[in-house]
Amino acid sequence: MHKHITVPMDKETARSLCAGDYVYLTGTVYTARDAAHKRMDEILQKGGALPFNIEGQIIYYMGPSPAREGRPIGSAGPTTASRMDKYTPRLLDLGMGAMIGKGKRSPEVADAIARNGSVYFAAVGGAGALLSKCITSAEVIAYDDLGTEAVRRLTVEDFPVIVVIDSQGNDLYETAAEKYRKMEGNRI
Amino acid sequence: MIRTVNVEEITENIREMCIEANHFLSPDMGRALTRAVRAEESPLGRQILGQLEENLEMAAEEMIPICQDTGMAVVFLEVGQDVHLEGGSLEDAVNEGVRRGYADGFLRKSVVKDPLVRENTKDNTPAVIHTRIVSGENVKITVAPKGFGSENMSRIFMLKPAEGIDGVKNVVLTAVKEAGPNACPPMVVGVGIGGTFEKCALLAKEALTREAGSHSSVPYVKDMEKELLDKINGLGIGPGGLGGTTTALAVNINTYPTHIAGLPVAVNICCHVNRHIARTI
Repeated sequence: MHKHITVPMDKETARSLCAGDYVYLTGTVYTARDAAHKRMDEILQKGGALPFNIEGQIIYYMGPSPAREGRPIGSAGPTTASRMDKYTPRLLDLGMGAMIGKGKRSPEVADAIARNGSVYFAAVGGAGALLSKCITSAEVIAYDDLGTEAVRRLTVEDFPVIVVIDSQGNDLYETAAEKYRKMEGNRI
Repeated sequence: MIRTVNVEEITENIREMCIEANHFLSPDMGRALTRAVRAEESPLGRQILGQLEENLEMAAEEMIPICQDTGMAVVFLEVGQDVHLEGGSLEDAVNEGVRRGYADGFLRKSVVKDPLVRENTKDNTPAVIHTRIVSGENVKITVAPKGFGSENMSRIFMLKPAEGIDGVKNVVLTAVKEAGPNACPPMVVGVGIGGTFEKCALLAKEALTREAGSHSSVPYVKDMEKELLDKINGLGIGPGGLGGTTTALAVNINTYPTHIAGLPVAVNICCHVNRHIARTI
């Protein structure tokens, strides 16, 4: 099913999304990947505040290539989400609305998604040039010293994603491959 | 005859090759993708493959890197033994080429200085350089920027000789299955069989620089490449890991003699952005 939604989204919208839905996002998302997650986690452990109010917001696991002159951003596709799994349940419990990445998540993340009525979207990995055209503005809002790993606020327009894990705990990666599997296990 | 080559020439070539590799995928990869779009059974899979084709066009037309992960620069050098290099150190020249290419090409700087301290070097150096001295008076340079979504899913297996060819096929399938959606399928699977622990890893990396769709000159290896591609595409992982019949675009296997007691197998997984470019100077 194809849907157009405005982000950040409310809980009701998040709960209405199902694994397999093809969704176009328009609005604001934040980027953070390995180094920014590590730093945010250290801040939280010390009782500090995150560099932006995470309530309801979407984090896009992405570190762009540098923008050429006159463009908001360079190539901007998703990075592998599982590297952020260690930090994710805590951020979801703090109210993070959703995530965009690619690849499998841990059972702990899937549980935290269900517990918080959140959603995990995948963008197409390796399509960074194409996806960059859906980003109309980008601004570093924290951790500038991390270069590509800085936290950025992005404005996106009809940014294409697919719901992989929904608030019911359904995981598209688990079910989609079954449908096209032509061999039993991997024994020769 | 000794031929003199100034290392500045190597620097300039590597600069250009880093930029070219990250914006223009080699024709073999484009052909493999086109074949895949026709063969893919899943409608969503076809849509994703179509987006990947569109992505390649846009990257080339607008000079936006194909993928934001413009990789760690892996550089293979085959230096003819009749070449005299002048003008500075060869490794410095290679790293300078990478430095200039990643700056001038607006490529992402993804290298950290120390694996645990993790401070970005901010110029994507150092490269990973593999140099061989060969006969002749030429220098062959291959640049293969390697993204880490797929590199992280690569594996080495030290099999027992008794596990034989079925053991090899089994571990290749195991590695691909575990890589799944994380490695940005459709993948290219580079396999090294034989040698020692480090040699089989290098064989696998070199196998990735072979043209997609080319085959080993060893008949049984060629058969294994075809059979494994078929089996991998039967796993159902599909484009983007979202189900389908295109999980890999190619399986390239390189082999080398090994020890009586061993059967090393390395599986170096690459995403569909399998960048490799070669020049001879």
